[in-house]
Amino acid sequence: MPWTRDQMAARAAQELRDGYYVNLGIGIPTLVANHVPAGMSIQLQSENGMLGMGPFPWEGEEDADLINAGKQTITTLPTTSFFDSAASFGMIRGGHIQLSMLGALQVSEKGDLANWAVPGKMVKGIGGAMDLVAGVGRVVVIMEHTAKGEAKIVRECSLPLTGAGVVNLIVTDLCVFEVRPEGLALVDLAPDTTLDDVRDNTEADFVVALQ
Amino acid sequence: MSVRKIYSTAALALADVLHDDMTIMSGGFGLCGIPSVLIDAVLASGVRGLTIISNNPGAEGLGLGKLFNTRQVHKLICSYAGENAQFARQYMAGEVEVEFNPQGTLAERIRAGGAGIPAFYTRTGVGTVIAEGKPLAEFDGKTYLMERGLRADLALVHAWKGDTEGNLVYRMTARNFNPMMASAAALTVAEVESLVEPGQIDPDHIITPGIFVDRIVVVDKVDKRIEQRTVRRRAAPVEE
Repeated sequence: MPWTRDQMAARAAQELRDGYYVNLGIGIPTLVANHVPAGMSIQLQSENGMLGMGPFPWEGEEDADLINAGKQTITTLPTTSFFDSAASFGMIRGGHIQLSMLGALQVSEKGDLANWAVPGKMVKGIGGAMDLVAGVGRVVVIMEHTAKGEAKIVRECSLPLTGAGVVNLIVTDLCVFEVRPEGLALVDLAPDTTLDDVRDNTEADFVVALQ
Repeated sequence: MSVRKIYSTAALALADVLHDDMTIMSGGFGLCGIPSVLIDAVLASGVRGLTIISNNPGAEGLGLGKLFNTRQVHKLICSYAGENAQFARQYMAGEVEVEFNPQGTLAERIRAGGAGIPAFYTRTGVGTVIAEGKPLAEFDGKTYLMERGLRADLALVHAWKGDTEGNLVYRMTARNFNPMMASAAALTVAEVESLVEPGQIDPDHIITPGIFVDRIVVVDKVDKRIEQRTVRRRAAPVEE
């Protein structure tokens, strides 16, 4: 059985380490915040200008001046700090954020990432993704393994790139791939998922290195 | 106390400044921390052919989105356009020119513009369409691309509190692009939610020093909108 969105987030949360500063993208990556292991201290960054992002506010306590990069209402924590967007991306570009988790349209076997534009469709913009993948030491993609039956893990991305050779780990509903210098390595499988299930839904080549 | 920088209305603060085909920076991220009263004054003035520099083009009929409804915008320099049907229609029809920037590159271009730095190198966008036409250089074995500093004729910013000297303090994530933009234009106009006497803001807490702010308008009532209202539901009351 493939992993649910929540199980994918839980699997990705195994990449967290105590003391990390982490940026989580919109969608499934956001759910990773619900799976921080007990006793581990993680500070979440929101690239509009905040460290120490708290959970959604209680109903009635929303504040229009307090939003995350997904424009969602959030809350502060005792550790929170605010800063301008240039300082925020200075943190990102300067390598101070240890881990970035984000979604993708395509990932190549070389770790190229495409997640912002589809030719022929209205481009909504770039946002912070290009800065994050260029500046953060470890980049984890969390996404559905395929889109409408089409493979998303490919030999070469056909969509415009967000960054070249930037992805370190891919977590999907079927499995987990590490991006190694020599190519993709399958390191984890969802329950009752076979290697053939993965092969049938993956365009890129990979070696099996289950741990 | 000096009141040299204080204007009674947004319209008066902008009256001798606005003209067709000018470049305007507008602070805010989404609808958070946008100078909505100053934007309304730009709308009412009817100036056209504007180049707008802002992280987002407002939302449908809100913030900068209003200036698309009236076709006052010629070009948008932004990071993310999002869901604004009127903007999308004009963009797809080629009626408005759009330059997308990575968000951090946009922020740094504005910071650099304000700090007298004409260009800088960044890793962001190397190997993507963003690099097209930009000079590349290698530093310490890694490839970087060159981005230009950005300046504008006019910057519109929103602050939580200001004093009559123009020292500004922002509130939470409403800070975003406002401080850099305040520094990067020939003239900066700030709308503030409250105006205090010099000395009433702890100098250690001032985010934007008054040197960057030319004109100040107090806005009594700000219509702050929330784009994505996300909440935790309260559990039913428990008997004590």
